[in-house]
Order: sequence, then C-alpha cells, then structure tokens
Amino acid sequence: MIENGFYGEFGGYYVSELLIPCLTELEKAFVEIKDDPSFHQQLKHLLNNWAGRPTPLYRSAWLSEELGCEAYLKREDLLHGGAHKTNNTAGQGLLAQRMGKKRIIAETGAGQHGVATAMIGALLGLDTTIYMGAKDVARQAPNVARMRLFGAKIISVESGGASLKGAINDALRAWTERVHDTFYVFGTAAGPHPYPAIVKTFQKIIGEEIAEQLGNIGARPKAIVASVGGGSNAIGAFAPFIQDESVMLLGAEPGGDGVETGRHGAALSAGRPGSLHGAISYVLQDKDGQIGDTHSVSAGLDYPGVGPEHSHLHACGRAEYAPITDAEALESFVQLCRYDGILPALESAHAVALARKCKSRFGKGDHIVINLSGRGDKDMDHAMNTLQEKGISL
Amino acid sequence: MSAQRTLLDERLAAAKSSERLAFLPFLVVGDPHPEGFIQMAKAMVEAGADALELGLPFSDPPADGPVVQAADLRALSAGITTEKAFELMEQVHRQHDIPISLLVYFNLIMQAGAEAFFERCRAVGIDAVLVADVPFELSEPIFRAARAAGVSPVCLASAVSSSERAKTIREIGEAYVYAAARVGITGVQQTVAESSLGELVTRLRHAEVTLPILAGFGLSRVEHIHAVRDAGADGCIVGSSIIDQMARHLPDIDAGVAAAHRLAHKLSVATRTKA
Repeated sequence: MIENGFYGEFGGYYVSELLIPCLTELEKAFVEIKDDPSFHQQLKHLLNNWAGRPTPLYRSAWLSEELGCEAYLKREDLLHGGAHKTNNTAGQGLLAQRMGKKRIIAETGAGQHGVATAMIGALLGLDTTIYMGAKDVARQAPNVARMRLFGAKIISVESGGASLKGAINDALRAWTERVHDTFYVFGTAAGPHPYPAIVKTFQKIIGEEIAEQLGNIGARPKAIVASVGGGSNAIGAFAPFIQDESVMLLGAEPGGDGVETGRHGAALSAGRPGSLHGAISYVLQDKDGQIGDTHSVSAGLDYPGVGPEHSHLHACGRAEYAPITDAEALESFVQLCRYDGILPALESAHAVALARKCKSRFGKGDHIVINLSGRGDKDMDHAMNTLQEKGISL
Repeated sequence: MSAQRTLLDERLAAAKSSERLAFLPFLVVGDPHPEGFIQMAKAMVEAGADALELGLPFSDPPADGPVVQAADLRALSAGITTEKAFELMEQVHRQHDIPISLLVYFNLIMQAGAEAFFERCRAVGIDAVLVADVPFELSEPIFRAARAAGVSPVCLASAVSSSERAKTIREIGEAYVYAAARVGITGVQQTVAESSLGELVTRLRHAEVTLPILAGFGLSRVEHIHAVRDAGADGCIVGSSIIDQMARHLPDIDAGVAAAHRLAHKLSVATRTKA
C-alpha cells in the first residue's frame, strides 16, 4: 500500500491478509485516476448529463424564518436515483471499468446505495450483485424491485442482525473469494483504506457546489449541517470547508429512541474507538468489544460504526455531532413536506432537525446549508406507520 | 524467533520427526455452550490433535466463513465473554496438556489493551496468536506486545500473497505459518488468480521461511489431507467441517460431539497415512 489511510489515530486497513492484494490494486488504480483530467471529464459528463448535476441550492422560506437566518437546502434528493449515493457509484463504476473489472458487488442498508450501484452497473454493462440484510429486503421492497429492474442480483443476508452490518461482512467475504474479476463498490465513507478517501473524493462535489452556489450570491456558509450514518453525504458536504475554521460543521447522528435507552445508532455520541469493517473509528460496542445492534427509524443510518475521518473531526473538535431522536426527525420530516412541499429521506430529516436544535447559534444574515441528502419516497410506508404508532395525526 | 521453545513448537516438531502431518482442529471457544465446547475439545484431543487452534468469538468476523460465524454467534449467545473464554481455554490446556494457538479479531485485543490481552494469553497457557484482521504493515505494535508477553505471533499467507510478503513472514512470523490456500483437488471455487497450496508452499520456502506451514482452507476429506501432504505442507488446520458436523446435530450435543469426533479421527488417521 502507498498510504496507510489514517486520519489522526483513526482509519487504517484492519483486514485479513487475504484482502491486501484487493486493496493494494484498488489503491493503485485510485491514485492513478485521482489527478487524471480525462477521468474527471468522463465523470463530470456522466454526472451532469445522466445524473442531473449540479443540484440546486434552494432557500427555504419557512426554515429561514424558523431559524432566524438564511437557511438553504442542498437538493441531493433531486439527483438521479434519489440520493447523493449516485455521486459515489458513478465514480467507483468508472474506476471499476478502468481497472477492467467485469463484475461489481455492493452492500446496501435502505437500498439507496444498492439502487445507485445497480444503475451504474446497468449503464456500464457490469454484472452486479447486491448484498442486503434479510430484514432490509423485507422492509425496502420498492428498492429491491428497482435493483432487480436494473438487472442486479440480490443476495439476502441472514447473519449479522440481517441488516447493513451483516451485508458488509458478507460482501467483504465475497470480494475475498473473487478479487480477480470483482470490484467492491463501497457505499459510505467508512471501511478500510482507501475507501474513505475514495468516497470523499467522489462526494466532495456536494460541498464544492455549495461553495460555488453561495459564492454566486456573494455569500459564505456559517454552518453546514448533514446527517451521519457511515458519513458519506456529510464528508462530501464538509470537505471543502474543513480547513476553514469559520464554518461550523454539524453532524446529526441517529438517536433512535434516545441515547439513554440504548436503542440508537449514535456511534460518535455514545461509542468509543474500536475496529470494525477494516478501520479504527468510533463504534457502538460492549465492554469486550463485541459490536452492538443498532436502532433508527432511518435504515440508512442504522449502523454501529462511522467513517474514520468523522471520528477524527469529532476527536479534535473540528466538527460537532449530536444525536437526533426518531421523534425529532419525524417532526422535521412532516414539516418539510408541509411547508416546502419536499418529501425528504428520513436520514436527511435528521439534519433538518439538528439545524432547528442549533438555531440559537445562527444570527440574522448568516447563511446555513442543510444537506438534503435524499428523497423520502422509499420511506413512505414506514414513516406513515411510525407516525400512526406515535399518535401524530396529519 | 521466540527465545523459548513452546509446547506448540515441540508438538509440531514431533509430528515432523515422525514424518506425519500435524493435525490441528479449529473450534470456537464456548461453542455451542461452555459444556459443549469442553466436550468438543476433549473429543478432538482423543481424535489425535497435536494442538488446538481456538477462535475467540467475535460478533463480526468477515475473515471467517459462514459456519465459523454461526459458531461465534452461538458462543456469544451462550454468554461467552473474553474472560470466560480465557478460563475455558485454561481448563482445556491444563486437562489435556495440549498446546493452544488462538485466532482473534483485533477489536477484542484493542478493547482489552494489547499488553493485558497477551499477558492473559500467556497466563492461561496460550502459545501463539493469529490476529485475523491485522495486515503485516500495521502489525508491529501488536506483535511487539505479543512477544513481550512470550506469545508467538503467527502470520497468515494466502494464495494471493506476493513473494515479497512471504519474505516479511520470514522476518516477523513465529510458531507456524497459516497457509490459506485451497489444495486444488475439489475444483470448486478455484479461481485463476488463486494459486494452489503447492505453489504457496514453494513460494514460502523460496523466501526461506523455515517455520512449519499449516494448511487451513476448506479441508474436510481424507483426500484433502493427502493433498496437503503432496503440496509439501507440514500440517493441517480443520475448522468448518468439524464444527459443521457438531452443529447439524444441535441441540443434541452428544450426537454432535460424536459426529465431530468421527470426522476428526478419520482426518487424523489420514495425517499418518499415504494415499
């Protein structure tokens, strides 16, 4: 390996010797395309004409009033596929093609990354297999159907809680067995090096567009707010501003039923450093280091770990992370529907809720940007049922 | 090399000098429950094990196959903690005077603290430790802590490991090399990028690795054991197929242990015979 992929004391590549050749080959290819203008031209063409970039930066009138500042939504929900995931899968798909791989695999939780991988697999003519927890296969039927329409094969995973964690275990195992023709399209800014770096490279376009779009109206952001599961949309939105200490970076973690109940997925707020899925990062675990089960209303945030760079930003205090409960996220979910006519993903509703919680820190004239990472169509059934359970009438 | 010759070193050398393959069954500590594990360990010793390779159960073991993962989860459900696992391993070691090599995932070492973890290993009689998810590049502090406690750090070589990595094994590995390569006679899942066990053994010997080479990948039949010998390896580690024999009889642990013993005995006999 060329680099070790550490962010402070976090990151690395804590994997079996069997995966080292895969990661070495991947890192080499990634280093080659990183500064290759022809690759980035190809990717830009794809993102603009196939995926619909740039996405709008939209000023929300009700949120601006509610927060007492200029509140903007970065509309990744309008990206092809319905979430920011497409930025990453388009990049990794082209990388797979450059490496001469004929086959791609991916893990998925809520199904958004699986759909985005299946889309690029179809476009580039790559044989595509998606690993998905059995529980998620059952509760995300529309996304399973979409993946199948795009020609992907779905493997339902029973182990590891039958959710995202187990799907990653099985995808890693499958990659080990077929490295010669297979590219593993990792979905979030976690996992072993070089994945956190790759995902950040392909997602930082979110932050770059925010800087440019605000620049066009002569403004600079006071704060960037994003939800954090593994942390890919957040690291993408934060990326160009990390060096600029005048910009507040706020990450909303899945607080589930409340951190005090133990039923949540807030790795940074309630976990401690550990090694999971190839990297050292904050992890929800017991005393011995057994990884815990998580809970969140949002399947996309239902993960016991977090990307290593977020762990570093948290440990050194550059970014702030706070848990948002299911109830708080649902409230913002409904309000965004009601007042902006936008149906957000439950993941993204966490970011809106965190911005509202922090409103005392924003002043009149401040520009704050909430990354609306995805659209909520996938969450309709689940959200309606949960709202009914909680006795919230529409 | 470690300063002191361990019981494991002695037993591996003894197998070699009597011109047979060393036989190491692999079990997950506490699978399917503490009593069942103790029975399984006894059955493996009686079947002719030279040493035991034991896995410390972990909730997320992507370097293991589905059979071992299921065993990990059974053990955890039975309430096995790191400390309980150490106590069980100590019991097995003392009862049978059998050397133990431990397979462990890094997070369990990290949470215990490397120094304390390896001290505890030494205290309960564990001779060697293979960390499943730490590559050579990041292994230095962990191997150092192991050596300081008198525990031999074991290296894994895979069918896709380069000759350069084989040289690293010569420099940092102790006790034995875990060779993760298929013997190449089943034909199933054999891929072009994977070399066979025979090629891996040659690559390791070319790199002047003198440690015993123990093969451990998909071994379940007498023919596999003979193929391991033909490949020039020094011994075999058999995990999934033995655990599977036990697991398919659950909850009848006696029947499970008997079935596991039958297979282990058959394979153990094969380590002493030629095809």
